[in-house]
Amino acid sequence: MKRRGRKQRRLLLIGVAGAVLCVAAGLVLYALSSRIAFFDSPTDVVTHQLPPGTRIRLGGLVAQGTLVKQPDGHVRFDVTDGRTSIAVSYQGLLPDLFREGQGVVAEGAIGRDLSLNADTILAKHDERYMPKEVVDALKASGRWQETANAPAGNAVTGPPMNITPPVTQ
Amino acid sequence: MIAELGHFALVLALGLAIIQGGVPFYGALRNDERLEAVAAPAALTQFLLVGLSFAALMHAYVVSDFSVLNVAENSNSNLPLLYKITGVWSNHEGSMLLWVLILALFGALVAAFGNNLPIKLKALVLSVQAWTAIAFLIFILATSNPFLRLDTPPLEGQDLNPVLEDIGLAIHPPLLYLGYVGCSISFAFAVAALIEGRIDAAWARWARPWTLAAWMFLTVGIAMGSYWAYYTLGWGGFWFWDPVENASLMPWLAATALLHSAVVMEKRDALKIWTILLAILAFSLSLVGTFLVRSGVLTSVHSFASDPTRGIFILVILCIFIGGALTLFAWRAGTLAPGGLFAPISREGALVLNNILLSAAAATVIVGTLYPLALETLTGIKISVGAPFFNLTFVPLVVPLLFIMPFGPMLAWKRGDIYAAAQRLMLAFGITLAADVVIADIAGVPSAFSIFGIWLGLWLVGGAISEIAFRVKLGTTPLAESWRRAIGLPRSAFGTALAHAGLGLTVIGIIAATTWGAESIRSMKPGETLELSGYALTLDGFVQHHGPEYDETTVRFSVRHGGALSGIMEPSKRTYADRQTSTSEAALKTVWLSQLYISLGDIAADGTTTVRVYWKPVVTLTWLGAIVMALGGLMSLSDRRLRVGIPKSARRSSPPAVAPAE
Repeated sequence: MKRRGRKQRRLLLIGVAGAVLCVAAGLVLYALSSRIAFFDSPTDVVTHQLPPGTRIRLGGLVAQGTLVKQPDGHVRFDVTDGRTSIAVSYQGLLPDLFREGQGVVAEGAIGRDLSLNADTILAKHDERYMPKEVVDALKASGRWQETANAPAGNAVTGPPMNITPPVTQ
Repeated sequence: MIAELGHFALVLALGLAIIQGGVPFYGALRNDERLEAVAAPAALTQFLLVGLSFAALMHAYVVSDFSVLNVAENSNSNLPLLYKITGVWSNHEGSMLLWVLILALFGALVAAFGNNLPIKLKALVLSVQAWTAIAFLIFILATSNPFLRLDTPPLEGQDLNPVLEDIGLAIHPPLLYLGYVGCSISFAFAVAALIEGRIDAAWARWARPWTLAAWMFLTVGIAMGSYWAYYTLGWGGFWFWDPVENASLMPWLAATALLHSAVVMEKRDALKIWTILLAILAFSLSLVGTFLVRSGVLTSVHSFASDPTRGIFILVILCIFIGGALTLFAWRAGTLAPGGLFAPISREGALVLNNILLSAAAATVIVGTLYPLALETLTGIKISVGAPFFNLTFVPLVVPLLFIMPFGPMLAWKRGDIYAAAQRLMLAFGITLAADVVIADIAGVPSAFSIFGIWLGLWLVGGAISEIAFRVKLGTTPLAESWRRAIGLPRSAFGTALAHAGLGLTVIGIIAATTWGAESIRSMKPGETLELSGYALTLDGFVQHHGPEYDETTVRFSVRHGGALSGIMEPSKRTYADRQTSTSEAALKTVWLSQLYISLGDIAADGTTTVRVYWKPVVTLTWLGAIVMALGGLMSLSDRRLRVGIPKSARRSSPPAVAPAE
């Protein structure tokens, strides 16, 4: 009698644990397949001719002389990887370290004419650190100088962030 | 000279740790009490030596000894004393030394206060603790020596990173490390139990206070880090699902599960193998967190590959400890006797469900944190896993957990009655539902989930109150009798209720601030007014200020509520000439539990300023809730019956093993 009770209860336990794990695995797979924003360089966007509405993370440098700030807080600038440029429009506060000629990651949806309507802008954290996507994009386009731009290897203990917070719309 | 003393003390500590890891262990295997007795004095002396070493480094910082490379790189003679001191752990080398100091501290605490542990278990625990110390001491001495000297010391140090010049640096890392490293004690207890092949309810009673202490520190540490990020980053958010944050959340989830399963083990002698596994996992996740933050792998998997010594070293430590412990577990777990039986509907059953859901939630965080790293390392594909991922995976697993939480303490051990439990919670259910409707009516309904989320938070608080009310028979007996019962109730019962209610407060804070909050971004000229959630903010003007290391522009806002002046807020922008960086200092105004938050964008030459203003209703509950949770832990910890070996109070007539306590 007692033996059977133990067996049944163990089965129930395994059943419940298995069910919860299955749900968790299913949720993870679903989330990974649908919601992740992939990283792209401006060249990627042009070569793949991404359809309007696609959510992407765009990385590169803020092109010199392209930053336009409108009085209503609307900002326009170009992101370049040295070969291709993509126009980005954004409404909101720019991070402290956002500057022309500096690395940036813009997250948002592709608009018409392969422009980007960004809702999140990440700028590099300090003089030593650059978002890794930007580094890779610059390396890919041959504009990376190892000594001048080498990112710092170890993140300092700090507020639990390693990049300037995205300014979300 | 003093820096060299610190270095030597560290080397001596390593030598002592090797003795502490070897001699008592050998003694335990041979049942030689004289050898086992080496453990405690060795642990105490090791703590003394590491403490000496840490004090030496701190001395170098306080007197601004720039001939020490670490000081020259991370401090400056102009810094206020507080930031000179906190500068010690602002960098990789110093924070690893703090890590080892806390490791040694916990070892010393076990040595000093573990007088009632069986001598063999104590020897084994301290040996295992010493193995961890050996690994990290070698790591510091070989790859991250904070005492390196410079041949030609600079006249001035390079300064502390401006973002770190904050009281948060004094509070957050030490608390977090106390939590991380505190998990090493339950790990040591688990490994010792596996080696000894003996584990019983007494083991849980010995190990649980340490887990509880670590969990408390981790809870407060995470909350303080979150508040620091909230006010310093100028973004108005308090949790970013950043890998560095997830690194602290993973051990917290595992430690929370461990706390609960250890209760089952202590009271009912069940779930033993699972508890041991959780103890191993909790510390393993702490190590993973240390690896993620310290190896540089988060900055870029490529920077990890280009300067691999430290990263590889920690990875090896990680593999040895996690792999070793899990192998030992696989080998020895079968020898542990299975525990008591219980019905699915029972206190044990509820705690098992708690553990399943917590583990699954922890697993989603692990996947979300490690999968992008693995994918990029293996295929070079870069993905970003952020809030959308965790909202879809973590939240659906936590919601049922929160819902069932009040039921657990209402169920009896062994065989519970779910209908009786539901009946006892009916009143709380009705009141919280009514309160929720009132809140929805007053504040509006941004989304179905937000109103449900607020109810969940209220439900947790209501459930906690109901539990205490039920146990003191409030309303069913005369008030004096209830009072007598409340005094007689074990403190751990109040601890549980407080911790559960604290979580409820945190849930309310998070949901309210994220879904009922308001924000506005505008360019403002002096004299203009911005209105948000009933507050009118007028930009009065600018104040220039030259600090020791930075130039600061403060913008004055007068805040009016209902026409009357209710305060002045002064956010500012600082420019650090030396580092060529600038920071924004947000201004916060707390109104009851809610906060008004201003952060600045660019200030144009004509005084036009981009301003971002947030209204965050009851946002402070997010962190206050965590503090209440930790107070619950403290309450539980102060329960006499948890403190091993203290003579049982003569007043209490019921034997401790029967009285429910958690």
